[in-house]
Amino acid sequence: MNIQVRPDTAPASSTTVRPAIADCDIHPARKGSKDLYPYLAKRWHAHLETYGGHPYQGMMSGPPYPKAQPNASRRDAYPPDGGPQGSSLSFMQQQHLDPNNVALGVLCPLNTGQGLRNQDLSAALASAINDWQIAEWTGKDSRLKASVVVANEDGPAAAAEIRRRAGDKNFVQVLLLSRNVEPLGQRRYWPIYQAAEEAGLPIGVHAFGFGGNPITASGWPSYYIEEMVGHSQCQQAALSSIVLEGVLERFPKLKMIMIEAGFGWVPSLAWRLDRAWARMRSEVPDVKRPPSEYIRDHIFWTTQPMEDPERRDHLFDVIDWIGWDRLLFATDYPHWDFDEPSRVLPAGVGDAQREAFFLGNARRLFGIAG
Amino acid sequence: MSRHVIAPVEELPPGARKFVTIDDRPIAVFNIKGEFFGLLNRCPHQGAALCEGPLIGLAQSSNPGEIEYTRHGEILRCPWHGWEFDIRTGQSYCDPRKFRVRAYPVNVEPGSAVVKGPYVAETIAVSIENDYVVVDL
Ligand code: FES
Repeated sequence: MNIQVRPDTAPASSTTVRPAIADCDIHPARKGSKDLYPYLAKRWHAHLETYGGHPYQGMMSGPPYPKAQPNASRRDAYPPDGGPQGSSLSFMQQQHLDPNNVALGVLCPLNTGQGLRNQDLSAALASAINDWQIAEWTGKDSRLKASVVVANEDGPAAAAEIRRRAGDKNFVQVLLLSRNVEPLGQRRYWPIYQAAEEAGLPIGVHAFGFGGNPITASGWPSYYIEEMVGHSQCQQAALSSIVLEGVLERFPKLKMIMIEAGFGWVPSLAWRLDRAWARMRSEVPDVKRPPSEYIRDHIFWTTQPMEDPERRDHLFDVIDWIGWDRLLFATDYPHWDFDEPSRVLPAGVGDAQREAFFLGNARRLFGIAG
Repeated sequence: MSRHVIAPVEELPPGARKFVTIDDRPIAVFNIKGEFFGLLNRCPHQGAALCEGPLIGLAQSSNPGEIEYTRHGEILRCPWHGWEFDIRTGQSYCDPRKFRVRAYPVNVEPGSAVVKGPYVAETIAVSIENDYVVVDL
């Protein structure tokens, strides 16, 4: 039994207005499996009901929920009018966007059909989810911006979708995931980078994915806790591949955002890459500068899950290396490991850095005026 | 110290929890198998409404490979990041030295005592025939 008796009067709400923030990782959910049908050709309705999604993943380690909390989401984030967490715009506004004063929210839809084995289905679902983001979210709340979701394993199809959305102010980034069929720097993905560069859209690489590879380099782990920390090694492999395949040399205007994989590991990865590059530069002559320079020039990092070392000077040392102008605040709403904006930064951060961290960097990167 | 009457006992059967605001503090009172506990409804980690979390048991291991699951229904798990708190004491399991949630003593008092006592009845009319859940603040 679990009876909840609520007080008649709502607790007094705080009257202090919080400073405006950007949230660069918000997960909108679909209420039900048929939400995308209005944006999908009839053929695919029947196909999905007959064959399902058919991912690369043999051992699924993404969608089977719950993960730590129901739907891997905050328990207090169920919309009162039903549906899973993150599926109601009005409740998201009331619980998150309004009280936390989110001036810019970047939507990162997950479980979208990216990276299915049937490439045509993957492309159709990606396009449908992009239409859905406009119809249900960005078109109804101008604070929200969408990601161009693409069929990432089919470079030309993905590039076509990016070109279709180019110039549409509803979209501020192209969304990829960290686990793909191959490491993200490889040539099959180059059409995506080319189209994104032409469209002036940064590439967001969100942790997760369904490329059929295990999350860790040593195989499938036993526990969800291993998977959580495994995202950072997966992201390290993706980033190394992007740098060493010469993607950032070839597409010099491209910006990338590493989403939800931490950033405490960045300096040491860059140091190791620089040292190896100094010794083996001749293997990858396309990579003309030390890897750390590409990383500093092209890569941004969302903050959630915020690094939380025991000594705050350790955190500040890492951020000083990365640059206060490279971090993009994110909450991961409505997921359970949500970061509460008023609690993520320790004391001792100056006003200018705080403003850049919470809002300015995102506005500059996405070209959104204040 | 102030005492606050928050509900007749029948309103809080075993398994129920009641959320109240007393002196601007959000508090939840739980009835767990007939025992009453009060906790501040704010997680010391990042401030979630802690008491909306599920009550679970305590998984512990004295030796690798040997896992005991005890105290079912006495451990409160935060609805955000899942930190676990002992509902009897407010102690956290991930870092008991640094983090605890404020626990408040809760008692059941007969109506006759409540009517007489130095209590503040928050939202309910009190009659001497009933028993009441009382929180000490
Ligand atoms: S807010 Fe409760 S565990 Fe983080």
